Amino acid sequence: MSTLQVSIYRYNPETDSAPYMQEFQVDTQGRDVMVLDVLHMMKEDDNGLAYRRSCREGVCGSDGMNMNGKNGLACITPLSEVIKGNKLVLRPLPGLPVIRDLVVDMGLFYKQYERIQPYLQNDTPAPAIERLQSPEDRDKLDGLYECILCACCSTSCPSFWWNPDKFVGPAGLLQSYRFLADSRDTATGSRLAELEDPFSVFRCRGIMNCVAVCPKGLNPTRAIGKIRDMLMANAT
Amino acid sequence: MVTNITNFGRSGLSDWLIQRVSAIIMAIYTVFIVAYLLFNPGLDYATWSGLFAQTWMRIFSLLAFVSLSAHAWVGLWTVTTDYIKPTGIRVGAQTVVILAIFVFLVWGIQILWGA
Repeated sequence: MSTLQVSIYRYNPETDSAPYMQEFQVDTQGRDVMVLDVLHMMKEDDNGLAYRRSCREGVCGSDGMNMNGKNGLACITPLSEVIKGNKLVLRPLPGLPVIRDLVVDMGLFYKQYERIQPYLQNDTPAPAIERLQSPEDRDKLDGLYECILCACCSTSCPSFWWNPDKFVGPAGLLQSYRFLADSRDTATGSRLAELEDPFSVFRCRGIMNCVAVCPKGLNPTRAIGKIRDMLMANAT
Repeated sequence: MVTNITNFGRSGLSDWLIQRVSAIIMAIYTVFIVAYLLFNPGLDYATWSGLFAQTWMRIFSLLAFVSLSAHAWVGLWTVTTDYIKPTGIRVGAQTVVILAIFVFLVWGIQILWGA
């Protein structure tokens, strides 16, 4: 019993009037391969199948997709972790426009990332060599800088589904806090001023879908709480 | 920064704080009312009316009504912005909600100080 039943979302806007689910039988020869390997096997049968992949080891963040209802990276997700009754259902990341098959348009996701100004801002004169940071201050960035922007978290968040143009989303907010927490960044005030409206941060309802799906084990909900604490300390 | 003009406090931070403080006030009020009913099994009109005749109870009740009004405004505003996308219908729904909250609040005050 090594044949896997795979149901995969297909949509080619040039030839299909609507998306549909296509069934595949994949022979994994009883091995517990990664979901990305299954996609490669399917692509041998049908090389029109489109999906993104690059490093195939959970570093580049290209192959985020929805596997049996849960977002994750196909390259580091073994079948044994997602299979339900020998069946695998693959869909594109929810909430973003589909370009083709499992390839989504990440434009809105990147727009929100751009909005939080994900770069160090410091208006003091640059020192001769480098801006030093104490080991304790450096420790504050752990659990924040590791994000690979795969979009698994933001596309599992209902608040992002309903308002992707206004709510920054868990990925963007994790990065926002990464710079708010950085001892070398001096733009804290203007960063916070950009976030105090009812959408950018406060559309987060704390349901923690982001934490449940993050392939890197990060905690955007905690970062959002810290941003809220900073806003509160600043405004009361 | 996303501009908003129909939410309660004009700021996400103030809405967030008001939502939490009002929730605590309503929780305390609910616990008090339930406990009062449990400790007064054979409650008659005179006792009930006497409770609400006292100034502290009127302040407590009005505080709970105002909390409920603010809480409903913040919460329902959020629901309308999540689910109602056409601007005209959304602004209409928000107006109906805010007017209804106002009517219920004035009505509540009238009941509290009436008879």
